[in-house]
Amino acid sequence: MRFLILFALFVASSAFSQAIKIGELNSYKVFPAFLDPYKKGMQLALEEINAAGGVLGRKLELVTRDDGGNPGDAVRVAEELISRENVAVLMGTFASNVGLAVSNLAAQRKILFVASEPLTDKIVWENGNRYTFRLRPSTYMQTAMLIPEAAKLKKKRWAIVYPNYEYGQSAAASFKKLLKAAQPDVEFVAELASPLGKIDAGAVVQALADAKPDAIFSSLFAADLQTFVREGNTRGLFKSTPVFNLLAGEPEYLDTLKEETPDGWWVTGYPWREINTPEHQRFLSAYQKRWNDYPRQGSVVGYVAVHAVAEAIKKAKTMDTEKLVEAMKGLQMGTPFGPIAWRALDHQSTMGAYVGQLARKGSQGAMVNWRFSDGARFLPPDEEVKFLRRE
Amino acid sequence: MSWESILIQLLNGLAGASSLFLVAAGLSLIFGVTRIVNFAHGSLYMLGMYLAVWLSGRVGFWVAVPLAAVSVGLVGFFIEFFLLKKIYKAPELLQLLATFALALVIKDAALWAWGPEDMLGPRAPGFSGAVNIAGSAVPQYDLLLILLGPLVLVFLQLVLSKTRWGILVRAASEDREMAGALGVNQRWLFTGVFVLGALLAGLGGALQIPREPASLNVDLRVISDAFVVVVVGGLGSIPGAFLAALLIAEAKAFCTGLGYSEATLVIEFVIMAAVLVWRPWGLLGRAQAPAKNPGFAQAPAEFPARKVFIAGAVLLAVLALLPVAAGGYTLVLLTDMLVFALFATSLHFIMGPGGLYSFGHAAYFGIGAYAAGILVLNKITTMEFALALAPLAAGLGALLFGWFCVRLSGVYSAMLTLAFAQIAWSAAFQWNALTGGSNGMVGIWPAPWLASKTAYYYLTLILCAAAISFFWRAIHSPFGYALRAGRDSPQRADASGIDVRAVQWAAFTIAGLAAGVAGSLYAFSKGSISPESLGIQRSVDGLVMVMLGGIQTLTGPLWGAALFTWLQDATARNLDYWRAVTGMVILALVLLLPNGIGSFFQKKK
Amino acid sequence: MNILAVRNLSKAFGGVQAVRDVSFSVAAGELLAMIGPNGAGKTTCFNLVGGQLPPDAGELFLEERNILGRPPRELCRLGVGRTFQVAAAFISMTVRENVQVAVLAGEQRLNSAFSTFERNDKTEQILLQVGMDAQADRLCAELAYGDLKRVELAIALASRPRLLLMDEPTAGMAPAERHGLMALVKEIAKEKGISVLFTEHDMDVVFQYADRVMVLSEGEIIAQGNPADVRADPRVRRVYLGEEAAHA
Repeated sequence: MRFLILFALFVASSAFSQAIKIGELNSYKVFPAFLDPYKKGMQLALEEINAAGGVLGRKLELVTRDDGGNPGDAVRVAEELISRENVAVLMGTFASNVGLAVSNLAAQRKILFVASEPLTDKIVWENGNRYTFRLRPSTYMQTAMLIPEAAKLKKKRWAIVYPNYEYGQSAAASFKKLLKAAQPDVEFVAELASPLGKIDAGAVVQALADAKPDAIFSSLFAADLQTFVREGNTRGLFKSTPVFNLLAGEPEYLDTLKEETPDGWWVTGYPWREINTPEHQRFLSAYQKRWNDYPRQGSVVGYVAVHAVAEAIKKAKTMDTEKLVEAMKGLQMGTPFGPIAWRALDHQSTMGAYVGQLARKGSQGAMVNWRFSDGARFLPPDEEVKFLRRE
Repeated sequence: MSWESILIQLLNGLAGASSLFLVAAGLSLIFGVTRIVNFAHGSLYMLGMYLAVWLSGRVGFWVAVPLAAVSVGLVGFFIEFFLLKKIYKAPELLQLLATFALALVIKDAALWAWGPEDMLGPRAPGFSGAVNIAGSAVPQYDLLLILLGPLVLVFLQLVLSKTRWGILVRAASEDREMAGALGVNQRWLFTGVFVLGALLAGLGGALQIPREPASLNVDLRVISDAFVVVVVGGLGSIPGAFLAALLIAEAKAFCTGLGYSEATLVIEFVIMAAVLVWRPWGLLGRAQAPAKNPGFAQAPAEFPARKVFIAGAVLLAVLALLPVAAGGYTLVLLTDMLVFALFATSLHFIMGPGGLYSFGHAAYFGIGAYAAGILVLNKITTMEFALALAPLAAGLGALLFGWFCVRLSGVYSAMLTLAFAQIAWSAAFQWNALTGGSNGMVGIWPAPWLASKTAYYYLTLILCAAAISFFWRAIHSPFGYALRAGRDSPQRADASGIDVRAVQWAAFTIAGLAAGVAGSLYAFSKGSISPESLGIQRSVDGLVMVMLGGIQTLTGPLWGAALFTWLQDATARNLDYWRAVTGMVILALVLLLPNGIGSFFQKKK
Repeated sequence: MNILAVRNLSKAFGGVQAVRDVSFSVAAGELLAMIGPNGAGKTTCFNLVGGQLPPDAGELFLEERNILGRPPRELCRLGVGRTFQVAAAFISMTVRENVQVAVLAGEQRLNSAFSTFERNDKTEQILLQVGMDAQADRLCAELAYGDLKRVELAIALASRPRLLLMDEPTAGMAPAERHGLMALVKEIAKEKGISVLFTEHDMDVVFQYADRVMVLSEGEIIAQGNPADVRADPRVRRVYLGEEAAHA
């Protein structure tokens, strides 16, 4: 019986429709905390676009798929979207390895791929290709956004802790390179790599304390971050040592810290309560009205990604892939974070992020002293990008 | 590292060891008595965490912890009574498949009940601060945990040595049949042990909530850690589990403390491999009595039976004609199915006729895939040559690892294969220059004449069909009989002039080689390769396919691979809670067809 | 001429001396019975001679060849066949396949993974010899215990042994069956000139079929000779036959 239902569903879903199909694949089951809000953001954008009459006079349709969180399955799912669903554009992915694999497939099959979530620098630089564009500010960009504040402190001894995979490794490498450039006398006294999702927090905190750093740079997130923060709080590691932590201001991660929220940490994130720009206000109220929930970072990413595809189609006035790719290059559009452009140089969007400090407000964490960092200002010089991206 | 820091890291290790011990002790007890490899043990631990966090908000931490533990014990009761009880007589390791399915269901149940966000529990009232030891702040709660581990150890030892129930449990661990003869009501003994084991897992999870958040990824992490501890300590040995937990937790703490933090990725598996090579039954374990009901006493389907020939020929013809009718995606899916069918068939070859369990067969799949990628991306050879050479690398890996693995038996051998697979995985994960690290490698595409889906499908069909028929042939060749003889009775085979280890080693190597063929085909079909391809998940998938198909059957791995791949594809596309549905389908199959779906196609004997 | 010579064999497990300074020999073509009460060290002795256990001290010669430390599979190739106390056959196979595997193993022809597992005359002969030809296509798992013992004998014969080591060949069988099996063993042994070393609990069987008897007690040989002499030996009567007589 179950099989019959599945079969019926499958027949129904592959029925021909006139809508323009966007194929979206993501690791919904592996990273649900980030991707549930993301899906809601996409849905909102889709409804907005279709309520306004769709694009090129046709409705937009999202075909979403779970990519299983690994590149092999993701490639198969992408193939299914391309050849069975006949989608015009691929979109999505979260983990860097999955993003890279799908990006590579997009180049092979010659289809536009808007990588919404993956942070890896490689997807637009070393492994960049004609068909792939990436939305979120990359690991490099977000690290660079923290550098001005880090350099301002004039701390000499820095310790680094990161989740042991590409994101953490490249965050650590970029941080060292950029800080060294901004402050040549800096010294890195400890580097701790902890297995993703398995931090041995007591040992890590003690090892950090042993190194007697003046400041700490961390790229931990999710469960590792919570475990680290609680252990560090208990052991008093953060009392006199400033900490810089990528992503920790994103509601997905910040909201889980509650009373543990450490005061004064410099982070990148999304202080959704306090952003008063008209474009954000409009997004915020629409989102809250539609979902009866507040937006997370993922909501914005999903929302903007769908709009970006719609804008590209409008600009290209066709569904032809090559023309879509040309339309994406240099595309300018508005987002809840303000206007962004999709660079023709490396297919990176200039979407920025908010840099600020953590503070505890009652039993909740919040970002204070924040300001917006425009992504365009935190990218390496064009020459360097060209060297990295040798298509 | 100063003496003070050494002391603190020692304490950190002790605290870690306590929570590791609780979950491992339960697993060890359950295995010792029921011989069930409980894959859902990590899920029970996770359930303990979620329940404790959730209950803490209502009744306070100190009430929540025992309540959560008891609730998990109750869940354990339902699992044992309504599911496992029905399949004790099924082939060994089928219970592993059932508990794997349960783990999928429990994960989705937790997602449904508590949502996707990680939940950090409260600090333990009365133990929320830190004490100053040697100039460093040490959490009070850590000190409590350090005391708790040995207390539980002593308690368990007392129960096992002083109570009648405990003595029966020990008798049953040593010899199930003898315990039966003593008038032990096995059914209730099994239930009791499973409930106690589940309760310990739940307690371990509940006690962990002041230290880390409840999250949906805890289950897999904990189950692999717990397995390692149980095996290093010696199956069924509670003090062994304690010792091993101590060893591993301290090793991790000192890896971090001494500045080798990257090594924490793999240190436990390195320790496990070393211990098993040095002491084949773990630190405090004893030689296992051979399983009395290995469950595969049956011969594989007769060959060359006409029916098998005809059915195979028809299937092959249908598959060969398919591209005429079917669309692009069907070919993509079928390519995956064929690749996994070969992977599962190669695993089945050593598990079924060979009687050697492997929990790490993905290693050879992955080595094949990586070798293909490295050869092509560094422009060492063309794609065609890479496809021919890469499996040799996998075979070489199997030749090396196999030499050690065939020297052990049963679950120990299986865990050694897992250890080697994890070591290979961490090499792929960490060796950025060669393997691209965690990102893996991209741009591994077939040569232009094979680039179309149809062409690549035919290539896969030809290679997989040839390799699978080779295995079917081999099972019925003199070599296959030698392999089965070694499985049926190693002693008899040896006395009859068969070098059992050499035969098993050869089989292991051939299986690795074939997995390498599957892996390199996979790499070229995806265009990329990353560490998941040799991770635990892939090895488990292989086991699931073999068990689903039926370990006693010849064609089972084929059906198992096809069904599992299709099931994942179909459910993931159409359902939100596809993991739970996949799990429930597997459970239904386990209960309805305990000998695998392949047994459906086999004549009844 | 002796086929097997055992000199000063010893083996201890922990503190227990299971076999102590045992020396004996088996002459070509003879049936030598090793008897002794439970725990006398018979099975240990068998496992030492059969290569399943390494001895602590002693020497082993098969004809003139030193076979100490050789694994069972090599002894098999040198002409030693054996059966086990608890019958061990290849239970997933048919009776014929069991014998066939052993025949091919003896000829070192089990290496091919491509060729067919073909029937051969030798297997059929052995099946006929042990009287299992009628049941050749049955699965071993379905056999009566007595038949399983015959299969094991057939497996042991498959490598054309010159010496057969049989650890309790009739254990677990009904009395009538025992005589049938031992008569068969004796017939085959005499016909092919195979020497047999066996242990046995049933004294009727021992005195009826053995050419010579050797008595083990607490790991030591306390008497050996022809059955009548051994039966008369007062030491043997005391440690062993006394109990047996009481039971009878």
